[in-house]
Amino acid sequence: MIEVERVGRSFTVGRRRARRTVHAVRDLSFTVEAGEFVGYLGPNGAGKSTTIKMLTGILAPTSGRVEVAGLDPTRRRTALARRIGVVFGQRTTLWWDLPLRDSFELIRHLYKVDQSVFRSRLEELTALLDLSAFMGTPVRQLSLGQRMRGDVTAALLHDPAVLVLDEPTIGLDVVSKAAMRGFLRRLNAERGTTVLLTTHDMGDIEKLCRRVMLIDHGRLAFDGTLDDLRATAPGEESIEDVVARLYTGRSTTHAGDGLDTSKD
Amino acid sequence: MVRTYLLLAWTWLRASAQYPGPLITMAIGSFAVNMLDVAAIWVIFEHTRSLAGFGLDEVMFFYGTSSMSFALSDMLFGNVDRLSQHVKAGTFDTILIRPTSAFVQIAVDRFGVHRFGRIAQATVVLAVALPRLDLSWDRAWMIPLMILCGIVIFASIFTLGGAMQFLLTDAPEVANAFTYGGNTLTQYPLSVYGGELVRGVTFVVPLAFVNWQPALFVLDRQDPFGLPYWLRFAAPVAALALAAVAMLAWRAGIRRYRSTGS
Ligand SMILES: Nc1ncnc2c1ncn2[C@@H]1O[C@H](COP(=O)(O)OP(=O)(O)OP(=O)(O)O)[C@@H](O)[C@H]1O
Ligand SMILES: [Mg+2]
Repeated sequence: MIEVERVGRSFTVGRRRARRTVHAVRDLSFTVEAGEFVGYLGPNGAGKSTTIKMLTGILAPTSGRVEVAGLDPTRRRTALARRIGVVFGQRTTLWWDLPLRDSFELIRHLYKVDQSVFRSRLEELTALLDLSAFMGTPVRQLSLGQRMRGDVTAALLHDPAVLVLDEPTIGLDVVSKAAMRGFLRRLNAERGTTVLLTTHDMGDIEKLCRRVMLIDHGRLAFDGTLDDLRATAPGEESIEDVVARLYTGRSTTHAGDGLDTSKD
Repeated sequence: MVRTYLLLAWTWLRASAQYPGPLITMAIGSFAVNMLDVAAIWVIFEHTRSLAGFGLDEVMFFYGTSSMSFALSDMLFGNVDRLSQHVKAGTFDTILIRPTSAFVQIAVDRFGVHRFGRIAQATVVLAVALPRLDLSWDRAWMIPLMILCGIVIFASIFTLGGAMQFLLTDAPEVANAFTYGGNTLTQYPLSVYGGELVRGVTFVVPLAFVNWQPALFVLDRQDPFGLPYWLRFAAPVAALALAAVAMLAWRAGIRRYRSTGS
C-alpha cells in the first residue's frame, strides 16, 4: 500500500553566506502492506512530518521513489487524494471560516462522494466521534479536540484505503484521546483501512500499533513489532524509556549505561 | 474545474454573507478610488483636446477596456498572487491534499462581494464611452475578444507572480509591478509612452495586446510606432502563449514547494 525506496529530501536554508543544506530524510526505505497499523516515531526534527508530506504529494522527494495506493504522489497528487485521508494534528485541513457542515458538504463535492453514501457515512462518523452538536459552528470557534474530530471526519468521508495522521492526539484530554484511539482501532479492524500515524505519545503506540518504525536524523533506526522494540532495551521498564534510549543512545533510567543502539 | 470554482465561490459568498458590512464597504471603496482615475482623465481634457493623438471618448475606451479586463481577471484569479500568505501560514499544505487543482483553490479562496467593486466601475466607464464612439459592428466585434484576451494576459501575469512566490516568499511586490503596473500602463493609449517601452510591452511582456493593438483596429487608427498591421489580430496568440508560459511556471513552482517545518 505504501512503498518508500531510498528516499531522500533535503532543504537549503539560510541566505547567501549562511546557506547550508538540511537533510530532513535520507536513504529511507520501507513498505507498509494493506491493513497494517503502523506507528512512526522519532525525536523532534527527525523527519516524520517531512516523510508524511512526501507520501501525500505535498513535497517532492529530492531522490528515491515513493508509491502510495499504486500512485506516484508527486505526479498523481490529485488522483491520490481520492484514495488517501490525511490529518495534521497541528493544522486543520478544514476551511477556517466555514461551519463544519459546509466544510463536509464541500468535501462531498470535491471528492465526488455519492449523496446517499455521504449521508450514511457522515451520520456514522458524527455519531462515533460525537460531533453532531458542532455541525453549525465555524471551524475557528471549535476547541482543539472538537476540531481534531472534525478533521478526522473530513479525512474519512470519502472512505480512503489509507489514512495518514501526523500527531492526531496532540493536545487531546485523556477522554478524547481514548475515544480517538478506540475509533482508529475500529476503523483499522472493521474497515481494513491502512493507518500510518506519527505521535510523541507512547500510549498511542502501545494501544494501537502492531508495528513501529523509528526514524532518527532522517534515517530509519528501527522497524519491527512492539515486542521487538521492547527487546532492544531489556533493562528498561516502560516503552517510553525504551524509546528514549533509542533516541539518545543512552538509558534515561539507569544513568551512565551508555549502550548505543540507535546509530548505525 | 469551472464547476469546482463556482462551487467554492458560492460557498465563500454564502459564508461572507454573514458579515456583509466590511466587504460591501470595500466594494464601494474600490469603486470610488477607481473613479478618481476617471476624474484625473477629465481634468487632463479640461486643458487639451487630445492626449497623444486620441480624444476623450477614445481615451475612456482605452481606460474602460483595460479596467474591465483587469477587474474580471482580478476578481477571478487575483488571489493567486497572494500565494505567499498561504505558503508562510502553511495553509498551502492543506490545499495540496485536496483532489482538485491547487490553482483553482487559491484563486477562489475567500471569494466575496468586495471583488465586484472594480467591475462596476469599468462597466460604468464603458457604458458611457462606447455609445459616444459610434462604432459599427464590422469593427466592434473585436471588443469582447480583446477583453477576453486582456483577462487571460492579466491572469497569466498573476499566475507568474504566484509561481515566483514558491521560491521567494517576498516576491509579491515584484509581481504587483507587472499586474497593477500593467493595468495602469494600459489605461492610457500607449502613444503617450516612448517607442522602447512600447516595443517591450509588445514583444516581451505582451501588455500591448490587452487593448492597444486591438483598439487600433476598433478605432481604425494608424500605428504611431509603425508596427505591422497584423499585430492588431495577434492578441489571442499572445494571450495563449503567455498563458502557456504561466502554466509551466506554476507547475514548476509547485514541484519546488518546500512547505514549512511542523
Ligand atoms: N520547509 C522546510 N524548510 C527547511 N527545513 C525544513 C522544512 N521542513 C522541515 N525542515 C527541517 O527538516 C527536519 C525534519 O523536520 P520534520 O518537520 O520532518 O520533523 P518531525 O520529525 O516532524 O519533528 P517533530 O516531531 O518536531 O514534528 C528538521 O531539521 C527541520 O528543520
Ligand atoms: Mg512533525
